[in-house]
Amino acid sequence: MANVQEKIAKLFPEATFEEGEWLLVNIPDAKWHSLAKTLKEDPELGFDYLVALVGMDWTDALGCMYYLTSTTHNTHVSVKVTTDNRENPMLHSISDLWAVANLYEREVYDYYGIIFINHPDMRRLFLRNDWVGYPLRKDYNDDPAVNPVRLDHEEVEDTTVTYVETADGTVEKRDVTIFAPEEFVLNIGPQHPATHGVLRFRTSVDGETIKKIDLYLGYIHRGIEKLCEGLGYSQTLHFTDRLDYLSAQQNRHCLCMCIEKALGLEVPRRAQVIRVMMDELMRISSHLLFIGTFCMDLGATTMLFYALRERETILNILEKTCGARMTFNYNCIGGVMADLDADFVKDVKHLIEIMPAAIKEYNTVFTGNVIAHNRMIGVGKLTKEDAISYGVTGPAGRASGWACDVRKTTPYGIYNEIDFDEVILKEGDCMDRFVARVEEIKQSVRILEQLVDKIPEGEICAKVPKIIKLPEGHWFQQVEASRGAFGVYIESRGANTPWRVKFNSPCMNLAGVVNHLTCGGKIADLITIGGTLDYVVPDIDR
Amino acid sequence: MYDLSKGADWLNQWLNGWCAPWVTTVIECVLIGVVLLLAYALLALFYIYFERKVCAAFQCRLGPNRVGPAGIFQSVADMFKILIKELISLKYTDKFLFALAPYLVIIASMLCFAVLPWGNGLQIIDFNIGIFFLVAVSSIGVLGILLAGWSSNNKFTLIGALRSGAQMVSYELSIGLSVITMVAFAGSMSITDICMAQKDVWFIVSGHIPAIIAFIIYIIAGTAETNRGPFDLPEAESELTAGYHTEYSGIHFGFFYLAEYLNLFIVSGVATLLFFGGWMPLHIPGWEGFNQVMDYIPSLIWFIGKAILLSFVIIWFKWTFPRLRIDQLLHLEWKYLLPINLANLVLMVIVICYGLHF
Amino acid sequence: MPYADWKDNEYIEHLVKELKDNGTNVVVGTLDSVINWGRSNSLWPLTFATSCCGIEFIALGAARYDMARFGWEVARASPRQADFMMVAGTIVHRMAPVVRRLYDQLAEPKYVIACGGCAISGGPFKNSYHVVKGVEEIIPVDVYVPGCPPRPEAMIYGIMQLSRKVKVEKFFGGVNRQEKQKEFFETHPLEEAEN
Repeated sequence: MANVQEKIAKLFPEATFEEGEWLLVNIPDAKWHSLAKTLKEDPELGFDYLVALVGMDWTDALGCMYYLTSTTHNTHVSVKVTTDNRENPMLHSISDLWAVANLYEREVYDYYGIIFINHPDMRRLFLRNDWVGYPLRKDYNDDPAVNPVRLDHEEVEDTTVTYVETADGTVEKRDVTIFAPEEFVLNIGPQHPATHGVLRFRTSVDGETIKKIDLYLGYIHRGIEKLCEGLGYSQTLHFTDRLDYLSAQQNRHCLCMCIEKALGLEVPRRAQVIRVMMDELMRISSHLLFIGTFCMDLGATTMLFYALRERETILNILEKTCGARMTFNYNCIGGVMADLDADFVKDVKHLIEIMPAAIKEYNTVFTGNVIAHNRMIGVGKLTKEDAISYGVTGPAGRASGWACDVRKTTPYGIYNEIDFDEVILKEGDCMDRFVARVEEIKQSVRILEQLVDKIPEGEICAKVPKIIKLPEGHWFQQVEASRGAFGVYIESRGANTPWRVKFNSPCMNLAGVVNHLTCGGKIADLITIGGTLDYVVPDIDR
Repeated sequence: MYDLSKGADWLNQWLNGWCAPWVTTVIECVLIGVVLLLAYALLALFYIYFERKVCAAFQCRLGPNRVGPAGIFQSVADMFKILIKELISLKYTDKFLFALAPYLVIIASMLCFAVLPWGNGLQIIDFNIGIFFLVAVSSIGVLGILLAGWSSNNKFTLIGALRSGAQMVSYELSIGLSVITMVAFAGSMSITDICMAQKDVWFIVSGHIPAIIAFIIYIIAGTAETNRGPFDLPEAESELTAGYHTEYSGIHFGFFYLAEYLNLFIVSGVATLLFFGGWMPLHIPGWEGFNQVMDYIPSLIWFIGKAILLSFVIIWFKWTFPRLRIDQLLHLEWKYLLPINLANLVLMVIVICYGLHF
Repeated sequence: MPYADWKDNEYIEHLVKELKDNGTNVVVGTLDSVINWGRSNSLWPLTFATSCCGIEFIALGAARYDMARFGWEVARASPRQADFMMVAGTIVHRMAPVVRRLYDQLAEPKYVIACGGCAISGGPFKNSYHVVKGVEEIIPVDVYVPGCPPRPEAMIYGIMQLSRKVKVEKFFGGVNRQEKQKEFFETHPLEEAEN
């Protein structure tokens, strides 16, 4: 950490530093792009992975927090860039350095109205183009009369704008064409069986070959981050279950850990073991649903029913303890809500018993099939460099050979005591992404096997004050959700409600890489690639 | 084996006895039409129910079981509903072609019924080029699909229709060639002759290797011809919502839906005719007693039973395999099936010339 | 055809009147019950889901709950061929016109089930700036199924309720439903021409 600071201080004397969990660098906007370039390209620093980009409104200034990680050195740094101009805020874009910043910056523009100079596509991301105001600004007017429910359709736009900095330092607005008038643009979504929810791709095709995909988000943007700002900390928890409902436990685990970290709270051992077990159960059930829906997308409908059969077994276990099939509301600040069901150990053992046979059956029915091979092998190849640049974490990133499992890189909970392998494959095609998930099920079963007999006795929840007030400061926590690294950023000003909560979802990155992977492929490949990326749309849109 | 044509002959004579020949023809045509439509509807309803039950069994489910005993009236209820469902008229479509398309599809499959060998003597028309007629009229269906896709003025339907066009043109070749292989073996294009030639042994046995190859190719191409999985690209649900019939509602959609199942029956019916002896009962040379028992089972049941068994295999395909991609689909046909088929035809000719068959 | 043009058919007018006044005519009543039997037993859903409830809808189709028993498994991806639309999940501002268009694309008779807290009232996201507070703001709803998400059993119950509702409808005398819908569309006008 120290040498990172020294190095930056030497090159950029105007930078100021704050120590913390992640080293924080304050830099004026004028120097930000060159700093970013150094951070990424200097081999000694090598911050090639943009973990999160948090837009902020500090009332006196607007700005962004950048969280960067070096995949080679496993070092972390965060950067804070601000602007005082509220009327026409502008920052320099880093989307040319980290591909994932493209969507992140559009999100910040959508929320705060910060224009990113040199960003190729400055459109709103979640909200309609004719939306009035920037909702996450503290002075946003949320009167429903300003933005009523409208039943007229948005205009289909084939052009976008970009703000380019000219040689003499002025910023110029330019039009950019997305689709030329003669292109055959196919509208896939938002209501389409293969988009796994309400995602919209405007796809330019040449016959069956895809030329370009323009991604539209926001068809299930529920404004969770803004809602959190008005609620107490324990009230914000239930939103995490509804983000990526297939990794509800992990997401909630993440938020709880972040708040516990801020409070300095020690979670009882029993609760920690239970949390990890629940996370792994959730992961298995999520991957099972992936196997099912993915095979259904490819046309092998029967696999869905085989995979869901095992999933129901897991849901039974979860239901007995948590009382719900999907939105569990199980983790809480300081531990877990309720103690384990009496049958829990027996049921988990039964699950451990049936899973190997079930996986074998899936492989017999689907994976070994020659048509499945043809559909998946060599389709949608993602290189390791691209995976890092696009921030594709989770099984999809690991299929490309990037060791990005948060459980291994920065172990949380009791993961450092558990013996399990990180599934890392080489090719990065659809087949590998599929296999990675099947293998992860095996690893999760292995984790469960190790823990099921060793659940310690004791408290399930630490003593927590009725009204939780976080001290002033900001915290960032990541967990490995079913689809990749899920992060939570909390900034507190000492009140009983957060100043800013940001959920850094893995699915947004997955959706961002679709265009890169599908260009030149067939329409059917879009379905295969989308299926293996396995994004959950409410997690993208939040 | 009771010859059902006797009944038809008797009816013909009786009608001729008391009215003019043209009246006879009209009455007979109407009768045949009514019977055909009835058979058509009943078969379609049965097939829909059959497929739903079969796929439920594959998927560890129960399938329809609430409407009527074991759910047998489920497809009847569906039909009632679909008959009175609104027909949406769309603004920017080619109205005439849009309305014409479903009829083309259904007429194509109905025409095929005319030459199927339902039973001993139970055939609407016995051409000397029956099988040729069958291959010809079954290709009209693709015209309906193309029109449906084009006239809907929708990008999904257009892609679905073009996929269908490419697929049909390709796989028609395979069907044609495997049919030619078997016609060469039978030595006739007449359906009755083909059936009679299998009196003792079915072609799949007597034609051994080339017949089995032809059968495998036929069943693959037949599945593709009916637009069923794994070749259901024209209506690939996860890619093109509902493919070429996305914009159709009500009974027009019902026609496409019915035609799909009827085509399934026709493809398996033709396979039955070419490889499994049509309505001929199972005869094993030498087992006289067994053969006689088999003869007592009516020929109609033999035909339909065999056809349903083959359809079961095709349904099995659909619920097992993932879908192919369009380029892989065409590769399969042009790079593998077609050359194999041509070689197989030569092999068959050699088998016939040197009398290597049973 | 506008209702005024249609009114000159005295016979049907008479039937409708008779239906209203004296209960049901035998012929029409039988026809009605046959049609309603068909309709109520053959409800095909539109595959439409936005969030969590959609996953439960998949579970509803799977072996444990198996909606195929009731004949609901023919989920159509094209709204033209579906009978009812299960609004499963939150509807947000950007999605609202799309939902309305999907509803308009459904062929008559069409029904809507609002499934889950979000579709009923906005659910946990009621206070959000971007969430529609109940899908009944944009389309008429026939059945509400509460839950977050509703269990598959609750969904089965909901669809069965819809089936019951369909059963008591009048095909020939179905003025009530039409009027109700008309009233809804008058109070919720579309801002652009339908296509």
